[in-house]
Amino acid sequence: MLTFQFISTVRLGVKSLMLHKLRSALTMLGIIFGVCSVIAMLAIGEGASYEAQEAIKKLGSNNILLRSLKPPEQAQQQASGAARGSQLKYGLTYEDSGRLLSTIPGVLRVLPMRIIRENVRFQRNEIACQVIGTLPFYPEVTGAAVVSGRFLAYFDEERQENVCVITTGLARRLFPSQNPLEHTVKVDAFYYRVIGIVQERSQPEQRSQAGKMEGQPLDNNVYIPLNTSRTRFGEVLIRRSAGSFEAEEVQLHQITVQMRDLPAVETADAQVRTMLKRFHDQNDYEIIVPLELLRQAEQTKRRFNIVLGSIAAISLLVGGIGIMNIMLATVTERTREIGVRRALGAKRRDITMQFLVETVVLSVGGGLIGVMIGFVAPSIVTHFTHMMTIITPWSVLVAFGISGAVGIIFGLYPASAAAKLDPIEALRHE
Amino acid sequence: MSAEPAIIRFEGVEKRYVLGGEADVLALRGVDLEVGAGSYLAIMGPSGSGKSTLLNLLGCLDRPSAGLYFLGGEDVSQMPDDMLSEARGRKIGFIFQSYNLIAQLTVIENIQVPLLYQGKDIRAYRDHCLQLAELVGLGDRLHHRPNQLSGGQQQRVAIARSLVNDPLMILADEPTGNLDSKTGQEVLELISRLNDSGKTIVLVTHDDRVASRAHRIIHMKDGLIDREVVNRPVSVGQAGSTK
Repeated sequence: MLTFQFISTVRLGVKSLMLHKLRSALTMLGIIFGVCSVIAMLAIGEGASYEAQEAIKKLGSNNILLRSLKPPEQAQQQASGAARGSQLKYGLTYEDSGRLLSTIPGVLRVLPMRIIRENVRFQRNEIACQVIGTLPFYPEVTGAAVVSGRFLAYFDEERQENVCVITTGLARRLFPSQNPLEHTVKVDAFYYRVIGIVQERSQPEQRSQAGKMEGQPLDNNVYIPLNTSRTRFGEVLIRRSAGSFEAEEVQLHQITVQMRDLPAVETADAQVRTMLKRFHDQNDYEIIVPLELLRQAEQTKRRFNIVLGSIAAISLLVGGIGIMNIMLATVTERTREIGVRRALGAKRRDITMQFLVETVVLSVGGGLIGVMIGFVAPSIVTHFTHMMTIITPWSVLVAFGISGAVGIIFGLYPASAAAKLDPIEALRHE
Repeated sequence: MSAEPAIIRFEGVEKRYVLGGEADVLALRGVDLEVGAGSYLAIMGPSGSGKSTLLNLLGCLDRPSAGLYFLGGEDVSQMPDDMLSEARGRKIGFIFQSYNLIAQLTVIENIQVPLLYQGKDIRAYRDHCLQLAELVGLGDRLHHRPNQLSGGQQQRVAIARSLVNDPLMILADEPTGNLDSKTGQEVLELISRLNDSGKTIVLVTHDDRVASRAHRIIHMKDGLIDREVVNRPVSVGQAGSTK
């Protein structure tokens, strides 16, 4: 019976609102925009942070990445002095790699990589690639999957075999119609037998120049045994540019340290930094801790969401004030009706309920429409700006919940004002 | 009803309005009144006589400043607001000068409103409401809105509404004030018929002809009952002849 009474109160509320359709619709509009913008804003924020987090996760959250960096210009000139064209030595060394493995607790694997940019040829196809000299456990550390054939093995390493593993993208481009496993590719002056094809979990970045996080993703990688890389390319890399030539000696371009678990990453971070500092007198490396980046990204996301959410919430608030304004006018307009209802036996709380229900119908109705538009709006944003948007269920719940709360909070005052009216005065009201 | 209690019993009822400052207004100065079941009472008096105040107290819209008011044997003089609202809905049927139907509701829904505030399931009372609509001659206009009805029809809806909770008495405040004399007579006719069937009627008017239908007329003056006329020449069924 109570529920029946409630249903008829709601029906009555809807009826009363339908008496002034335009007014009710305009009042709802405030809430509609509010809810819609809460959902859309949070979806944009969520999408942006998702993209950032995915990029970081691809680096592997259990890993610590060390990269060789060309030292800053001034230091470079000091080091090389006046002797132009002299050879520049910097970067991570084999010793670093060994020390990392032996001194840092919690290290699972240390994966050294030499990354050399070179053209790879097969018949008439020639593609610019990264030729990466690395060790057999590369797939375990980076999460790359062997699609066909096999990855490098220890005996390849020991014998310095001229074998290589190529990425799926390169295989597609270099061997449009052949089976790569039956052929050899030519890198520089040497031929390498293709023994496997791998699918990278992440698109490996092009070796970044200025320590930027994002490079152009290039799926053109050739993996060869580390020892082969050392002997075939030598330790000194010569690059000719515009008449002069530069020679660099870089032993390792990258070391990926795989830690046992996440707590180990956190303790190892500082240890790696101090250790490297001791053995490098110039700043010729960078340390990337994906876990830390992930934490930062999460924090940024939180701030982003708070800012966007509050902007949207303010519009909800404005919508709520609009509702309150209209309801106060409605109460004045319907004073006579309130008097009649009181005379017919309505208690104060019946009147409160009646007007509260009307407000809540307005705000929840607006909330529902807002949710519907809120589902559409982010995809429109995505369509025009190519920003990724993700609608999370909680943002919909929050937006809808707030709209309901706005209805109750901003409805309480007009409703209680209506209930407080003296029935005699109200009946006399023209 | 046990031992024939009076429907209305006023004992020294006073009503004082505090107007801020020291000048209070004593609108009723100790009224004693008793109205038995099945009576037809008319209250007359010039404006300022306390007529409206008496009506508000009778209708439980207000509480006396002093004195006692027994409505159907129950002391309602100092009831808290919620109980008073409840008693009002259950024991009193209101008929107003300007009909006071609720604009957004249809005829049948208007009739049902008082049921709602008694917490009754209106579905169970659907037949009852239909009978009342028939009684006032609006059985064919159940789903019309008030603005689609004439004044007389609206007032008849209001009468049906006043009856829906089977109240102890009908309180009519100038029920014909907004009607032309012909429809006014029809409405009064209807009210007389209700009285004939046993309903207690209290009617406030300043029109002698309207009051003449009542069995008993009290004249208010300066917050007191000035004089009382017992007027019972009209026997049942002859009400129409005393125009």
